[in-house]
Amino acid sequence: MSRIAARFAKLQTEGRAGLVTYLTCGDPDRATFEKILARLPKAGADLIEIGMPFSDPMADGPAIQAASLRALKAGMTLAKTLDVLRRFRKADNDTPAILMGYYNPIYRYGVSRFLKDAKAAGCDGLIVVDLPPEHDDELCLAARAAGIDFIRLATPTSDDKRLPAILTNAGGFLYYVAIAGITGTKSARAEIVAAAVARLRRHTGLPIAVGFGIRTPTQAAEVARVADAAVVGSALVDRLAKNLDRRGKAKASLVPAVLKDVPALAAGVRKARPRHPARAAQ
Amino acid sequence: MAGPNTFRGGPDDRGLFGIHGGRFVAETLMPLVLEVERAYEAAKRDPNFAAELRYYLEHYVGRPSPLYFAERLTRQCRGAKIYLKREDLNHTGAHKVNNTLGQILLARRMGKRRIIAETGAGQHGVATATVCALFDLPCVVYMGATDIERQKPNVFRMKLLGAEVRPVTSGTATLKDAMNEALRDWVANVDDTYYLIGTVAGPHPYPAMVRDFQTVIGDEVRVQMMRAEDRLPDTLIACVGGGSNAMGLFHPFLDDPDVAMIGVEAAGEGLSTGRHAASLNGGAPGVLHGNRSYYLQDEDGQILDTHSISAGLDYPGVGPEHAWLFEQKRVEYVTVTDREALTAFQLLTRLEGIIPALESAHAVAAATKRAPNLPRDHLLVINLSGRGDKDVNTVAATLGVKL
Repeated sequence: MSRIAARFAKLQTEGRAGLVTYLTCGDPDRATFEKILARLPKAGADLIEIGMPFSDPMADGPAIQAASLRALKAGMTLAKTLDVLRRFRKADNDTPAILMGYYNPIYRYGVSRFLKDAKAAGCDGLIVVDLPPEHDDELCLAARAAGIDFIRLATPTSDDKRLPAILTNAGGFLYYVAIAGITGTKSARAEIVAAAVARLRRHTGLPIAVGFGIRTPTQAAEVARVADAAVVGSALVDRLAKNLDRRGKAKASLVPAVLKDVPALAAGVRKARPRHPARAAQ
Repeated sequence: MAGPNTFRGGPDDRGLFGIHGGRFVAETLMPLVLEVERAYEAAKRDPNFAAELRYYLEHYVGRPSPLYFAERLTRQCRGAKIYLKREDLNHTGAHKVNNTLGQILLARRMGKRRIIAETGAGQHGVATATVCALFDLPCVVYMGATDIERQKPNVFRMKLLGAEVRPVTSGTATLKDAMNEALRDWVANVDDTYYLIGTVAGPHPYPAMVRDFQTVIGDEVRVQMMRAEDRLPDTLIACVGGGSNAMGLFHPFLDDPDVAMIGVEAAGEGLSTGRHAASLNGGAPGVLHGNRSYYLQDEDGQILDTHSISAGLDYPGVGPEHAWLFEQKRVEYVTVTDREALTAFQLLTRLEGIIPALESAHAVAAATKRAPNLPRDHLLVINLSGRGDKDVNTVAATLGVKL
């Protein structure tokens, strides 16, 4: 069983939803990021998304754009991102790690070399924003063959006609983007998310994580009532950005400040009782 | 090994020209991109759509644009007989309006109520704002803050036309960032908004659709040259940023093996300096803004800053069909530096009384290098894609003149 499937099975046993955290690799610098990453599971992150920085993150709002640029400026690359993951994996063999980003750095690195190195580093899933199912032959099929889940995004624009295409080669879990928009901007109303998740469940047995616009423990709890996991990204990135000095370097307060938000979010997720327990992952 | 039977058959039904093109967009946008494709396919089959477009091209844009024999430039070059395709004489002063008219008619058919666009030099922004004024649609134009600074006349023109110009400060604050921002707007406003892309790039069907709307240029040249010289031209030259004016001129001739074609990229301060915008000559295949093509990027796949004196060529990529034609070697792609373009800008102004856009001046420069080595009966067509009034501030500043 993959780490992602095992984690969702465990969450189901515990009768609760999970917390997924997103931070951009190497933001604001490698050493600081590695400190945060190593402590995220203990702070309450059930699954971890690691952003692969890209110069032109078209689907992201200002917070994550700035995070990407900070990481790149501090020298982060795709090869180093894999190295960061490899080091994390040495200490933690259970927490699922998902690499999230855009296709060009992977394409440039070379798809088969990337998959081999990512698998060896301990990557469990991939989210590549600009690879829709129409381009499954680029990376998705090879990732599945390599034993890495290709995690799909469904959005408010994914109607019943579109969903089967999205789900055909989907693995790990289905990531529901709660708003039509970019990261870190607006939030969706809880009842709309609930209806959307219910609709998705009619199409798939995969666990469903909901992200985009979840900033507070209360919002995370609302999502956790209906979904199998809540994804928090921009709120953590914003917290990180607030703890930079004028030159953009990490203040001593940065690591504890970011890590302090995680247990609160995790508590929000944990206290919500899912009305629809997750089905066993496939 | 023979080439393909036709160079005009692309893209395939996935929007691919060889490996280039495609639909590399976020899932939120996929239904919209597919909707644009369906609507465009239906419009192509509708004779009323073609008739409406023809009407506005003739009576509003002023087509056909002349094919003008540049006698003094020809004499100066002592070689090929040089013709200028006068897209600068179109309403709004560039070829861009051919495309914005086509797409605004499509947006109306689709019932869209809001138009967004990106712009570099401001020519596409002006052409979009113009057709939005004509059809009474609200218009938001994303423009890099750097470009706003160097293209002030066009910014004011867009505002006069009723468009909202939103400055983009992210990244390098130029055309690529404006395109990122327009895509972000589209993702957030999927219900009512039409994204009017200005060049032969972006997700399928945009590269093919924008090309189709621009091929009026090449179609006219074909007829006009037959009338003037009773035969087809020998060489076509056009500047290439995203590449819409070049594609519009080249495409109707791609299957005429005796017609040579030269696309001119911006070499900025020189290819070796790294400060340029020549994605075919200095880049590598990559994926950005919805399509695979050639991009200026580092070895980690991060998109690089570009430089060109011409804001309209200051883009790190190129349309996917150009990438394919480059690999097929059907079109030759050369480069021209800022300095060479500036010289050509002054030369054409003095010799012909025509102030070319700095973008088009790149094509003029390439022609003046090529023409002297060609026989007198060689027919060379330069696509004069735009007029240079918008560039006088930039040129004055570069020449050290205070206005």
